[in-house]
Amino acid sequence: MKVLVAVKRVIDYNVKVRVKPDNTGVDLANVKMAMNPFCEIAVEEAVRLKEKGIASEIVAVTIGPKVSQEQLRTALALGADRAIQVETDDEVQSLDAAKMLKAVVDKEEPNLVIMGKQSIDTDNNQTGQMLAQLAGMPQGTFASEVEVEGEKVKVTREIDGGLLTVSLNLPAVVTTDLRLNEPRYASLPNIMKAKKKPLETVSPADLGVEAAPRLKTLKVEEPQPRQPGIKVESVEELVDKLKNEAKVI
Amino acid sequence: MSEDRGYFNETHEQARASAMRFVEREILPHIDDWEEAGEFPRELYSKAADAGLLGVGYPEALGGSGEGDLFLKVAVSEALMRSTSGGLVAGLGSHDIALPPIVKWGPKAMRERVVPEVLSGQAVAALAITEPGGGSDVANLKTRAVKEGDEYRISGSKTFITSGHRADYYTVAVRTGEPGHGGISMLLVERDRPGFTRGRMLKKTGWWASDTAELFFDDVRVPAENLIGQENGGFMVIMTNFLQERLMLCIMGAMTARLALEKAMAYSREREAFGRSISGFQVTRHKLVDMATQVELATQYTYHCAALMDAGKAPVKEVAMAKNYTASVAESVTREAVQIHGGMGYMREAGVERLARDARILAIGGGTTEVMKELIAKQLKL
Repeated sequence: MKVLVAVKRVIDYNVKVRVKPDNTGVDLANVKMAMNPFCEIAVEEAVRLKEKGIASEIVAVTIGPKVSQEQLRTALALGADRAIQVETDDEVQSLDAAKMLKAVVDKEEPNLVIMGKQSIDTDNNQTGQMLAQLAGMPQGTFASEVEVEGEKVKVTREIDGGLLTVSLNLPAVVTTDLRLNEPRYASLPNIMKAKKKPLETVSPADLGVEAAPRLKTLKVEEPQPRQPGIKVESVEELVDKLKNEAKVI
Repeated sequence: MSEDRGYFNETHEQARASAMRFVEREILPHIDDWEEAGEFPRELYSKAADAGLLGVGYPEALGGSGEGDLFLKVAVSEALMRSTSGGLVAGLGSHDIALPPIVKWGPKAMRERVVPEVLSGQAVAALAITEPGGGSDVANLKTRAVKEGDEYRISGSKTFITSGHRADYYTVAVRTGEPGHGGISMLLVERDRPGFTRGRMLKKTGWWASDTAELFFDDVRVPAENLIGQENGGFMVIMTNFLQERLMLCIMGAMTARLALEKAMAYSREREAFGRSISGFQVTRHKLVDMATQVELATQYTYHCAALMDAGKAPVKEVAMAKNYTASVAESVTREAVQIHGGMGYMREAGVERLARDARILAIGGGTTEVMKELIAKQLKL
């Protein structure tokens, strides 16, 4: 079966981001970029399905500027067979991303789409769900376990109360949670081989989608720095402070 | 970093990121324990091999990748140095000085037997040149190999051998001919040859995680096919090998200094004295600026040397200069980093203490600073 994996280029999770002085966004100049960690988990899961002999082909897809090819190369080095870049310098919000992915799904007809539950830049947690809706596919979000059984996929989901296992008919969309797997690192020989794997570039127009942002960012600000803590003398004082200062009870 | 990569391309950066992840996952959680124990687990060789880290720069047919791409090696070596342990890097990379003579000059059968086994992490390789009676004075080495029929009989001893205790294959410099540099040959010695023994693991100032040992050859017999290169042609092999070894030592020096600088910068922002962070004092700021300048110069000159080598040149003089410079930068920057840390810097847990200890060897190993100067003087025709 064919697996489509969506990956996104984001600021490396180790980087301490800075807000631009004019409060229009986060400063991206000379900042280390990397593949979104949830997307790495998605790639790893696809590669494991291939190693088990369940998946026969892995196609990695990304949406973004030309440099986001780096993340596709990483996906190829990790084990994807070929890659598709939807190249655009425009801002692409969740719904537009889902529409573009839907167009790729129509073209590629994968049996399974695996993607991160969210990207660590905007943390929207929407694209997978939107894609499932647009493509008319069942969805298993926040997966901590994925098991393909014939024409179905069993997904163990992490929910507030514990774990929920759902069985979906393929083709389906699965979004990954942190505990699904521990992604491998690309071995050097595989990084070399990845350079020779096919990478196709298409534009949003080729897919018949035009990015039309519906949300406008008004202002980006640093969060309030955390206030230093204090020691209280008694339970009464604690309750008093929680009631009258923090106003949480 | 993504905008200005200088000498490094996208593949190099991917390799660096991958090596970095290996370091974070497999080395950093354990490195303090391994340093104290004086060795790292042998299985780290096979783990590193699985990640493709041991074979960087070797032919694909022998289990390597990225042959002829020196900056790939530089990127990976820099990432490995982020383990904060020069000893670990030297031990894990001991094959990088032991194998190149075999790859370049070893007979085909030896190459195909030894190199893949080492690059896959199944066997460990060490280079043995230094002797109790002399180190940098390679031309006067004393370990003797006498040809008897289709065998060589070796007698003598070696010391300060990195991975000396745990290696399976030793690339050994021996005297087969007349005194001086014209009588030296290179032989492969397998660890199980009768008469070959290893002495104690040596206790050192730094490089604690590396296994450093003495070797004894008591009429050890190896077949004539174990000859690497021409008989009595070993001096050229050793000198050619030194170039890459010294470049690696330059990278170690520049990275040792860089790590110390980073730690000192972070600490000086946090640490308060007399009511403010110590980075608020001009004396600290200027010290850090001097350190940063030295680190940058050491790094860029090392890259320049690597670029010359990458272009197929043999910049003996430049690499010797870089080795001396980076070693001295490593020593001075780690010293100042300890100073900025104050009492904390003298504690093992601070990390800069180890870097300062590890820096000292860089002016000694791979040819001392003094021998480098003589080499440079010769090149300058002084």
